[in-house]
Amino acid sequence: MTRWRAAALVLAAIVLAGAGLVAWLNVRGEDPLTGDAGSFVATPEQVAQGAYLARAGNCAACHTDRGGAAFAGGKGIATPFGTLYASNLTPDAKTGIGAWSAAQFWRAMHNGRSADGHLLYPAFPYPNFTEITRADSDALFAWLRSQVPVTQVNRPHDLRFPYSLQASLAVWRALFFTPGVYEPQVERSAQWNRGAYLVRSLGHCAACHSPRNAFGATRDSLELSGGLIPLQNWYAPSLASGAEAGVADWSSREVADLLKTGLTSRGAALGPMAEVVFRSTQHLTDPDIAAMAEFLKSLPQAPAHRGTPAKLDKDVQAHGETLYKDHCATCHGARGEGGAGPQGVVYVPLAGNRKVLLETPANFIHIVVNGGFPPTTAGNPRPYGMPPFGPSLKDEEIAVLATWVRNAWGNAAPPVSALDVLEAR
Amino acid sequence: MLRIVLAAFAAMAMSAAVAGAPPVVPDTMAQRMQPCTACHGKEGRPTQLGFFPRIAGKPAGYLYNQLDNFRSGRRAYPTMTYFVEQMSDDYLREIAGYFASLDLPYAPPQAVDAPRDEIRRGEALVRQGDAAHGIPACVQCHGAAMTGVLPAIPGLLGLPRGYLVEQFGAWRTGQRKALAPDCMARIATALTPSDIAAVATWLSAQPASLPPAAADTLARPLPLACGSVSP
Repeated sequence: MTRWRAAALVLAAIVLAGAGLVAWLNVRGEDPLTGDAGSFVATPEQVAQGAYLARAGNCAACHTDRGGAAFAGGKGIATPFGTLYASNLTPDAKTGIGAWSAAQFWRAMHNGRSADGHLLYPAFPYPNFTEITRADSDALFAWLRSQVPVTQVNRPHDLRFPYSLQASLAVWRALFFTPGVYEPQVERSAQWNRGAYLVRSLGHCAACHSPRNAFGATRDSLELSGGLIPLQNWYAPSLASGAEAGVADWSSREVADLLKTGLTSRGAALGPMAEVVFRSTQHLTDPDIAAMAEFLKSLPQAPAHRGTPAKLDKDVQAHGETLYKDHCATCHGARGEGGAGPQGVVYVPLAGNRKVLLETPANFIHIVVNGGFPPTTAGNPRPYGMPPFGPSLKDEEIAVLATWVRNAWGNAAPPVSALDVLEAR
Repeated sequence: MLRIVLAAFAAMAMSAAVAGAPPVVPDTMAQRMQPCTACHGKEGRPTQLGFFPRIAGKPAGYLYNQLDNFRSGRRAYPTMTYFVEQMSDDYLREIAGYFASLDLPYAPPQAVDAPRDEIRRGEALVRQGDAAHGIPACVQCHGAAMTGVLPAIPGLLGLPRGYLVEQFGAWRTGQRKALAPDCMARIATALTPSDIAAVATWLSAQPASLPPAAADTLARPLPLACGSVSP
């Protein structure tokens, strides 16, 4: 009997110690909460800076619902664990952050805890935002507080058990989240450090461009090496690979063109990246874009490997070529060389196009099936678009066409199956 | 004339593609709007799929409102939302103006296959409405010729029956909304399902008389307040 009791006591002690450790890991590195909502006085410079930073962080992408009041939240973010609903960031005292102090806002950004102390889900990308400076956090707070308050009660998240429990989230945070500070690398230029800071913290590029583990945590060791965006059928290609979206061999000008205008002769921003350009990067200053380019160009690149060409049988070869001539050649050229108008590139080349050649064909299929427009930007205010071929071509035809394009004019990439197409529809 | 020039451009681009020279892309709205033709047909006339609405020649104000409705979630059709969600107001207005400017003949109407009573009920609702149930006649707002009224009331001809029925259904369920006050939602709710079928049947069977241009004036006030139409 006493043996059982001793064992139970030991077990209880282990559980308690574990819970204590998790609890401690969840609040480590927190600054004391000083001041209240009334004690924060924003300067006009802070408000202006905050407006700019809100663009850089693309806060509106999640916190403004389609057709909803700006920054009043309510937009659903679908994840493999359930749907999370973004919160109201307007300065409404009851339903927004009107009663928050600057210190509480900083704790949310830096430590991922809300004003009332509850743990925030990392769909709010505080694993990236944690590296923001306190000054930038305060500027964002100043700007948010200058917005029109909107009364809109936050919609509760709709997560499956056990992800719905704060205790589960605490364990997740103990395992995968450490509050961090951006440490400038002294051997790098100020411009490089500015770029790294923007990409890693506010830009939260890793939220899409880094792979995630089974628990939805991004893996730091594989920074920006590409990730499938959950439930969207878009693959955010690796920024650390010349075969995907790495820009080591691009000029800074080309990187800037992509981020500012959404269109370069190497490719166009479509799908989720079109949104990033539209809402965020096109609004950034030239020096900040140049800084991001310098950092991105410096990312260590995975060795480029030439894709394995698919062996096309005669029928596929002939059918694919016919489909291409009938549907694609008018715009993309007989040899996949693309098309240009008076202002430069309009239809991107398909020969050597990395988006076409990605190992994961999801993006290419997505674009053939659904078409799309690059974003309207100051540099490309009247974009041309790609028609959707989903309505007019069968899955098998799209598979043959895609396979053919992936292996024409020196292209080499694995074949696409009708099942791949079906999955992307 | 414009169309001939465009066709010549397209032919040039085509022959360039065949000859192997890089295509020269025409700097036109027609070329920019290629994605739209996949469903709405070449030049904004609907395809044979029998669902998609004609957009050519609709009033620009109406078309702009719809593009904005898709962008803002008041209308739901995934392809439309996906196309317009990263577009500026300026571009949406230009797109609306472009399709509004197209003056194209209408396709022949759909064949009617409905009981005589249904057709009669449909025509009565369109021309007289149903005062007892608070339903104004369609022609009171959409114009006596049903070709719409500038700047923002759409024409009702050349629309497939399936599309019309689905729009009424979407207004009733709140899937399709307009700027408040949402007059069409009120009307759709007042109509019975058999009324909706009758109206859609009759409208989709009407030939469009030429010219199909929208009227530019309308007796005011409108029978119902409409947020998408300035008073």
